[in-house]
Amino acid sequence: MGHESTQLVPVVVTHATWLWLIPLFPLVGATINALFGWKLQGIFGEPKSMKGGRGKQLVHSIAVAAMMASFAVAVYSFVQLKGLPHEGRFLQQTLWNMFTAGRLSVDLAFSLDQLSMLMVLVITGIGTLIHVFSIGYMAEEPAYWRFFCYLNLFVFAMLLLVMGDNFAVMFFGWEGVGLASYLLIAFWYTDPAKAAAGMKAFVVNRFGDFGFIIGLMLLFWGLGGAWQARDGLVRNLDYVPSVEMNSNAGAATAEESAALAPVVHGVKVGPTMNFRELRDQVVIEATGVKEHLAGTTVWGISLLTLIGMLLFVGAMGKSAQVPLYVWLPDAMAGPTPVSALIHAATMVTAGVYMVARLNFLFVLSPSAMGWVALIGAITAIFAATIGFFQYDIKKVLAYSTVSQLGFMFIGVGTGAYWAGVYHLLTHAFFKATLFLGSGSVILGCHHEQDMRKMGGLKKHMPITRWTYLIATVAIAGFPIANGFYSKDEILWKAFTSNHLALFGTPTPWLGPVIYVIGLIAATGTSFYMYRSYYMTFTGEYRGGDGHHGDDHSAPAGTAHSAPAGTAHSAPAATAHADGHGAHAAPAAAAAHAAHAAHAAPADDHGAHGHHGGTPHESPWQITLVLAILAAGSVLTLFLGIPILWQHTFAHANTPPILEHWLEPVLSAKVAFGHGTPAMEWLFQGLGVLAATIGFVAARAVYKDNKHEAALLAMIERWKGVWTLVYNKYYVDELYEVIVLRPTAAVSRAFSWFDGKILDGLVHTVAAVTKGFANLDGAIDKYLVDGAVNGVANVIGWSGGSLRHLQTGRIQTYLYGALGGALVVVLVNFLIS
Amino acid sequence: MYLFTDGNVLSLATFFPLIGAAVIVLLMIGRATLGLGKGLVDQASRWIALVTSALSMAAGIAAWSMYDPKLGGVQLVAKAVWIRDFNVEYFVGADGISISMILLSGLISFVATIASMPWWGSHQANEMAGMHDDGHDDPHHPKHFSVRMVPGYMAMLLLLQTGMMGTFASLDMFLFYVFWEVMLLPMYFLIGVWGGPRKEYAAIKFFLYTLAGSVLMLLAIIALYYSSQPALLADGTMSRLHTFNIIEMAKQAQAGVFASAAPILGFGFTKIVFIGLFIGFAIKIPMFPFHTWLPDAHVEAPTPISVILAGVLLKMGIYGILRFNYAILPDATAWAANAIAVFGVINIVYAAFVCLAQKDLKKLIAYSSVSHMGFSLLGMAAMTPQGISGAVLNLFTHGIISPMLFLIVGVIYDRAHHREIEKFGGLATVLPEYTAIMGLAFFASLGLPGLAGFVSEFMVFSGAFPVFTTYTIISATSVIITAAYYLWAIHRMFLGKLNQAYVGYPDLVWRERLTLYPLAAFCIVLGFYPQMILSMINGSLHALIRNIRPL
Amino acid sequence: MQISLSHFLIVGALLFCFGLVTVTTRRNAVGVLMGVELILNGANVNFAAFNHFVVGGVSGQVFALFVIVLAAAEAAVGLAIVLAVFQTFKTIDVRYADLMRE
Repeated sequence: MGHESTQLVPVVVTHATWLWLIPLFPLVGATINALFGWKLQGIFGEPKSMKGGRGKQLVHSIAVAAMMASFAVAVYSFVQLKGLPHEGRFLQQTLWNMFTAGRLSVDLAFSLDQLSMLMVLVITGIGTLIHVFSIGYMAEEPAYWRFFCYLNLFVFAMLLLVMGDNFAVMFFGWEGVGLASYLLIAFWYTDPAKAAAGMKAFVVNRFGDFGFIIGLMLLFWGLGGAWQARDGLVRNLDYVPSVEMNSNAGAATAEESAALAPVVHGVKVGPTMNFRELRDQVVIEATGVKEHLAGTTVWGISLLTLIGMLLFVGAMGKSAQVPLYVWLPDAMAGPTPVSALIHAATMVTAGVYMVARLNFLFVLSPSAMGWVALIGAITAIFAATIGFFQYDIKKVLAYSTVSQLGFMFIGVGTGAYWAGVYHLLTHAFFKATLFLGSGSVILGCHHEQDMRKMGGLKKHMPITRWTYLIATVAIAGFPIANGFYSKDEILWKAFTSNHLALFGTPTPWLGPVIYVIGLIAATGTSFYMYRSYYMTFTGEYRGGDGHHGDDHSAPAGTAHSAPAGTAHSAPAATAHADGHGAHAAPAAAAAHAAHAAHAAPADDHGAHGHHGGTPHESPWQITLVLAILAAGSVLTLFLGIPILWQHTFAHANTPPILEHWLEPVLSAKVAFGHGTPAMEWLFQGLGVLAATIGFVAARAVYKDNKHEAALLAMIERWKGVWTLVYNKYYVDELYEVIVLRPTAAVSRAFSWFDGKILDGLVHTVAAVTKGFANLDGAIDKYLVDGAVNGVANVIGWSGGSLRHLQTGRIQTYLYGALGGALVVVLVNFLIS
Repeated sequence: MYLFTDGNVLSLATFFPLIGAAVIVLLMIGRATLGLGKGLVDQASRWIALVTSALSMAAGIAAWSMYDPKLGGVQLVAKAVWIRDFNVEYFVGADGISISMILLSGLISFVATIASMPWWGSHQANEMAGMHDDGHDDPHHPKHFSVRMVPGYMAMLLLLQTGMMGTFASLDMFLFYVFWEVMLLPMYFLIGVWGGPRKEYAAIKFFLYTLAGSVLMLLAIIALYYSSQPALLADGTMSRLHTFNIIEMAKQAQAGVFASAAPILGFGFTKIVFIGLFIGFAIKIPMFPFHTWLPDAHVEAPTPISVILAGVLLKMGIYGILRFNYAILPDATAWAANAIAVFGVINIVYAAFVCLAQKDLKKLIAYSSVSHMGFSLLGMAAMTPQGISGAVLNLFTHGIISPMLFLIVGVIYDRAHHREIEKFGGLATVLPEYTAIMGLAFFASLGLPGLAGFVSEFMVFSGAFPVFTTYTIISATSVIITAAYYLWAIHRMFLGKLNQAYVGYPDLVWRERLTLYPLAAFCIVLGFYPQMILSMINGSLHALIRNIRPL
Repeated sequence: MQISLSHFLIVGALLFCFGLVTVTTRRNAVGVLMGVELILNGANVNFAAFNHFVVGGVSGQVFALFVIVLAAAEAAVGLAIVLAVFQTFKTIDVRYADLMRE
């Protein structure tokens, strides 16, 4: 902060020819495993073997090698980037022009600046570790190749997302990670609940994408000048004086399109999908683009606010913010490494990354910032409270993730962009540790996820226990690990931000309110995390034998009645956990019975059930990864030592390392309020105090699992509240009522309309036509043909009658002749 | 010696299949008179169909590679006077509007021909599909369409291909109409003879519906003809009084010839002609509320015919509107732009909702076609470069994706003999390869970036947004609904516990691979490099909208 | 009593009527032929009477002679037909010789 004197200049581009290799390796890995993985496993592995054999080795070697290669190129890029001057760290590579029409021209291009470099290192680094972890974790999985294929595919998409040079490539990655997430959540697709969780994740994310796309269109439109439809003719009204910014000019190729862009003060202006071009024209005030955007309103709302909020809707979906967070807890149906990589460390932070990437845009709209921060705060407290009483260890971590993402959005929403990104980094480490730790626990307890059937694991799983504890310390916010530094910075910035607004009106009180909410959420975080630690690792082991029957019935049976019978959209894992609770059989066996049903061809899992009993420490691939990540959770604290500490202890005045590193990217300046050092110390103290309160409370209740019953008895009188929280505020049920059922009703109504009314009309036309045809046919048959046939009939009849006269007898003829003669005579006589 | 030249390539692409059909007819006559064996005639007609449609495709690809987008305009022209008294010419050529459709038509025709063969399957899969040919046709137990009255089927298929290619290539209105009608008849027989249980109903509905459209179109064409002014014929002489030449008509339109024509029944000439042509083409698109023939036709049509219907025939509606309404009636087009956009939005959203309620997989996909064609309507109504390029790109991408979808339906129908979504379940366990290719096609259709469908949707949105902001926002909700109905269908059919009725079902066989994999590859390539299509079409399309709405 | 033309005409008419009745009522073909002879002779009487009372000369008698010759020829042909009829039908009853019916 406080570099007001720096004049912002266009980004200096350094072309790099190797950037495409970073996403290429995971793509190649995914392709090889997709095409040949099952063959490799079939040829080289023994399908019945517990550990897979050489086929599986080949499969994971390909995947891990791809990740390592990618990480190596990322590190090389980091070195290159570091070698560039501080202000000019921007590597870029264009592969080809994807599509062009008029001013819309999109290249398949990658870029690395300080922010995306950080993300790439996290993705490839932690990604590699989680791949290694998966070797141990998924060893018994028959569809091993499919898992590693999806995992590599995910990394590919995630790299596209962060390395994309423009919105389109970012969106390719954005949806690509959604696809990978869908595939991995529904990895054990034979379980309908897990498959449904995948579907839910994708569809809920699509709600976000809807906002994202509209936001993008608004931005593109806002930059392109005002279009109006008038008299059926579409006209373009230029807005920048003396600059031809006509989006309508047809351009067939990228070159033509680029030539259309007017250049003002050395900066290309006009509609663009490119982040760099967008940033340059917005931040360099001489272009006038900023004034134009700020002065434009759409439907009475500031254009910039609308853009910011709509883009944030996209982030809400991907980063699981209220109200679109509902998919993330269900996403725990996927294998645990997936939860760690996708649903904690990388994909869910995409929204934070996007807001940080567009900091120059968000900063122009205090209202958009206010909403981002407020939604973040609401999410933080909302998810934290749900986390209080969950028993599924992964569920606790899922709600914790949602809550921590809320903290990140407080950071990027208030304008403390680097703090938000720093929390993203620290969270990636400690939450990955926690998830992988929980994975190790789940594996050690034979696929048990219910914390009430764990306990006492510190004896059996020492490495897992220590790493889990370190990560808990980090997330709770004690200064000996990284979480404190990022969270404290976010909360401090929230308190001192007096520039936020809502509905266009300045709201200086919003910052402190968010601070208070955040502090309470931080206390809650500490509580539920230590709760999970104590329930899992201390006391006596409660799984594997028969005396578990009573410990899931508190409080007074309310827990089971509600969620077990809820509609099909109720989160999968909830149903799962409750299903376990309902089993009367020994827990481990029950868990296996349930789990065996989920696993694709279930033979391996069935075999696994027999060696149940005592929990065991996990294989080295798992513990090694845990140790590295736990170390990272501590060591990354050095990236964010507050300036205050340096000033006090070292008489230095350098900003935190990460802030300095990110400073050129996160150039948006926000006027935070000023706090005295004493105040800052006080607030840091408050942060530690909050963590301590949570810790002490959790310790008092859950240490050795002795006093939970007392707590539950105590809150018995607020059973209603407890039930509400336990059932996650019935949000899923709410969605069922306000979204799913109306949609289904509309679709049925339209289908009915189509079948009965529209097709009915067609059939009516057909029937009327047919009726006319029949009438016409009748007329033809009875009137027209009747006349013709009548003549013929008369002739025929008379002929038939007359033929009797011809007898062939001569005498008859003679009679005739005689008669005729008589007649002639008579007539002659009568006439004359 | 290169077979294809600028002058003959489009004619060859058009008439190769017709030659094939003629040879097959000769074979049929030979069977009746010379007593050629049934097996021999069947096999020979299959080979003839394969070879001639492959040649037609090769000519289509050659045309694609010969077309020079830098020059723009109409290229690869072949011209001759046909009926001098009515100034009718044989006039074929390609510009940016039609060149991608010619390529698509060649590709999809060939894919459909492959899909019509009973070959390259496993014994089990063939038995399940009923492809064993026991030599006689039992009306009570209909056999697979690929072994039923083979020469007739192949001849009809080839005739259809000629009609399609000719429709896209012809630049003479009369010729266009002839080819347009040539398509109709084989389609009627292909649905009505080789179709499913309600084939007669579907075939008649299709035929009458499209014929009704053709009549309106014919009236409009005649009206245009009698309002046109003479133009040069192919042999350098002047035509008598009027012209059928589409390109000349477009030029005359620019000069205001049609705008000043006398009103018809009190309505402005251009408007009423526009409406006549538009309804004729809208039925083919099909546009709400004229779309109800499509689900029935699709449901009853044999797989390759569905492939052609969705892949090529639906595109003719949009193509015709661009070729006639946009080029010849620019004023009326500007007048109707808003209405076209509204119908586009209704198509997109309404059909997407209808999809959600479908129980028959093929019907679901048929309605999704209706929904996707709405994007083209919206994009072309906007008349922005992104919009119109997106609209035509959407024709192409949908022309790649929807054949995949129908082939996928065909795979499961051949095995299970029903398409009820609810009756399946857990198919991913027995049919992994099928599931993978299905996933690719479904995700492509729901607009996943990186696959073909996304870019066209995105371009349509970005092109329509500045002009029809509200409409675009409404239609963008379809990204949610589309994802919902596809994923829900996947969920019900492929995921979950395996329905025991489907244990032991054979996975994809080589015939299905031959049809699906090339399309899938195309789908991915187009997803990352749609410019290969756009670079060809942009120039002509942008010139087209500049005529309607000058800069 | 003066024998006048009327008396001759009455005789001729009677002959004609007898012949007519014979022709129409007889079933025997030979009888029918005989009736024909009576009709012809009735006519002959008229020829002779009209010649004598009205015209003069002998032309009426010549006509009568022609008729007698004709009647002889006709009787020869008629009897030949009757023989043929008999050979075909084994009867000369004219009711059975109705092959010309319809």
